[in-house]
Amino acid sequence: MSRAIRFAPLAVLVFIVVSLVWRLATPVDTNVHSKLDGKPVPMFSLPPGIPTKAALSAADLATGTPHVVNIFASWCVPCIGEVTVLQALKARGAAIDGIAVRDRPADIAAFLARNGDPYERIGSDTQSRVQIALGSSGVPETFVVDGKGVIRYQHIGPIDALDIPMILTKLDQSK
Amino acid sequence: MKRLTLLACLFATQPVAANSNLPPANWAYRQVSDPTQEASAHALIGELRCLVCQGQSIADSDAELAGDMRDLVRRRIAAGERSSDVRAWLVQRYGTWVSYRPTREPAAWPLWLAPAALLIAGGFLIRRRVRMTSGN
Repeated sequence: MSRAIRFAPLAVLVFIVVSLVWRLATPVDTNVHSKLDGKPVPMFSLPPGIPTKAALSAADLATGTPHVVNIFASWCVPCIGEVTVLQALKARGAAIDGIAVRDRPADIAAFLARNGDPYERIGSDTQSRVQIALGSSGVPETFVVDGKGVIRYQHIGPIDALDIPMILTKLDQSK
Repeated sequence: MKRLTLLACLFATQPVAANSNLPPANWAYRQVSDPTQEASAHALIGELRCLVCQGQSIADSDAELAGDMRDLVRRRIAAGERSSDVRAWLVQRYGTWVSYRPTREPAAWPLWLAPAALLIAGGFLIRRRVRMTSGN
């Protein structure tokens, strides 16, 4: 047996240890990013989430001004904290529309009454169809859509107060 | 008293809801009546990856989103779409990540070449062994 082959197991061991340390130090991003970033919002038309508010369709997102589209649900705990941030965004001029995933009108109304209502329009997506069509994989998620209805940015997870300037920049860039 | 209040609080807690209050989608736990369509839907469902329980197929996962994806697959196949088109539609949204079937992209080449490479390497090993024993 040649000397090189004798050291092969050691080399394999070193390779495994280095791989493990590398992946522990820089974990893989397990978020599933939408491949529609940079592409037009797919055609959809959702019924209103609550009777007193306008419904949401793809046409409402191509009106010439950029929109923030927030995918939320009354049963989603991080969404509660996100409402405050969305309201701060709205106060600084952002147009925010909502897509309520797997939700009932009464539950949405109670959620908005309890936590606040930053939404101009709310579409009700009872079987996650539009959520899947957008390439979104959970709640909450937020898309920035430009005036032509093209997706410019996808934010996975709740928006933090610290993210507000970044979202406003994205909206500015989408004009 | 404080302890009693804490104890009362403990019993008053409810698990935080992680799921919606809506029933599963129509085709989430139901089969399509046409056996050929169901067979092709079932095959595709086993090869699509759950977005919530990453590592499970949507056939295995009980996540609501997986149920909604099964509904989407069965609904489209029942409407006459080919299963390859449904897969392509999902890949367009979530990338090749969502499909378990290996692609022909360069990143998957080692996977396709590995069996041939291992067979050839094994052949060489056996040839050497045979030569060594016959040489003795």
